[in-house]
Amino acid sequence: MAKVQMTVNGKSVSGEVEGRTLLVEFIRGKLELTGTHIGCDTSQCGACLVHVNGQAVKSCTMFAAEAEGAEVTTIEGITGKDGSLTAVQQAFQDYHGLQCGFCTPGMVMSATALLKDNPKPSEAEIREYLKGNICRCTGYHNIVKAIMAASGQDVGAIAAE
Amino acid sequence: MYNFDVVTPKTVADAVAALGEEDAQALGGGQTLIPTLKQRLASPSKLVSLTGIDEIKGIRTDDSGVLCIGGGTSHSTIAGEGSAYPALAALAGNIGDPAVRNRGTIGGSLANNDPSACYPAAALASGATIVTNSREIAADDFFQGMFTTALDDAEIITEIRFPVPEKANYQKFEQPASRFSLVGVFLAKYADGVRVAVTGASNDGVFRWSEAETALSSNFSVDALDGLSASSDDMIADMHGSAEYRAHLIGVLTKRAVAAAG
Ligand SMILES: Cc1cc2nc3c(=O)[nH]c(=O)nc-3n(C[C@H](O)[C@H](O)[C@H](O)COP(=O)(O)OP(=O)(O)OC[C@H]3O[C@@H](n4cnc5c(N)ncnc54)[C@H](O)[C@@H]3O)c2cc1C
Ligand code: FES
Ligand code: FES
Repeated sequence: MAKVQMTVNGKSVSGEVEGRTLLVEFIRGKLELTGTHIGCDTSQCGACLVHVNGQAVKSCTMFAAEAEGAEVTTIEGITGKDGSLTAVQQAFQDYHGLQCGFCTPGMVMSATALLKDNPKPSEAEIREYLKGNICRCTGYHNIVKAIMAASGQDVGAIAAE
Repeated sequence: MYNFDVVTPKTVADAVAALGEEDAQALGGGQTLIPTLKQRLASPSKLVSLTGIDEIKGIRTDDSGVLCIGGGTSHSTIAGEGSAYPALAALAGNIGDPAVRNRGTIGGSLANNDPSACYPAAALASGATIVTNSREIAADDFFQGMFTTALDDAEIITEIRFPVPEKANYQKFEQPASRFSLVGVFLAKYADGVRVAVTGASNDGVFRWSEAETALSSNFSVDALDGLSASSDDMIADMHGSAEYRAHLIGVLTKRAVAAAG
């Protein structure tokens, strides 16, 4: 066991971890921030996506020890202090971008990372960016609409394929 | 996963020293190694994380125009900052998905030499030099069959040097579930000839398609490939495609690469 210290959602946290402790296990198990999900545990689905030093990362494919000194943001860390939703979260609600909600934390974190780099992505760019986020329910359509809306773009043009 | 210690050295020298211990293994971006550890296909006693070593990160062009990329540079950095070699930057920007690209490194990909990985094709087609903490290895000598390279146990890839071609293109026929290439062809045209490297197809890993190289070196056109076909002997055959299918794709993708390179 070794001690690891990092900043999660603006708060300094530390804990004892094994070498093999994954970042997602630290976030869910030690910090009890269970918004970050484990879908596949094989680096495919993106349900565990968080931001590490501002970059989208699959937290099931990184060790907690590797996040020493890092700034980590999880789904719990993006809402306003008063609980207000971000534009991306609000748009997921408005455009019904979720059904069971399992993939949603990863989708929202992925979309948030995309809009930071590319504030007005095209539909094709959104679909390309979400390649590593798998949703078993929605067929992606309303997720793409939500992200178009969150970036202030017209969603009318997106027709069902 | 079996348990192990993780150490995070700040210099190549410290990392090499740590790798000297029995059963120690380098950890790059972990995008291949962590899934492997989860399957208990590897049981190192110590992982030596390379992500804190700044001296093996970044991209520069040397005095002779060769693009030098640190072994610990992520796919997303190469996609974003590798514009001196557009076909290589495009390849990097199409690996896996954004989160994989933020962690995965070029050194890890080359060291792993997955038979379906993208960078081995780029390195071989470019006649790149793989630089380690102890020597320089020509790409032609580096890849030694599926998941096998010329690297010694405690050797770290510190830099990859890519001579920038006049024209180049990478055609990836993507296997949509894994996002790796089912077959990929990297084509690079230099003043002294054309090199064509194929990934995803052979049981021996990445290889050069020499008949196509000869034909394209004397006549750089799609027509020069007419009548040429790659042999299906020793091609990978699995649920995603037969050996014959993969051999056929090599011809198709090479033509597309020539057309796209212009
Ligand atoms: C969902 C998904 C999709 C992917 N899609 C693609 C794709 O389309 N194309 C593609 O090419 N790859 C793909 N990959 C693999 C990805 O590119 C990996 O990042 C890469 O293969 C390994 O790099 P790494 O830095 O993550 O290495 P690690 O996983 O950390 O290590 C891999 C191996 O290399 C060794 N190693 C690591 N760094 C060094 C170094 N500097 N010197 C010496 N040895 C080292 C390790 O000891 C280990 O044996 C994908 C992976 C995932 C999870
Ligand atoms: S749980 Fe991490 S990618 Fe699926
Ligand atoms: S809403 Fe159910 S998996 Fe996406």
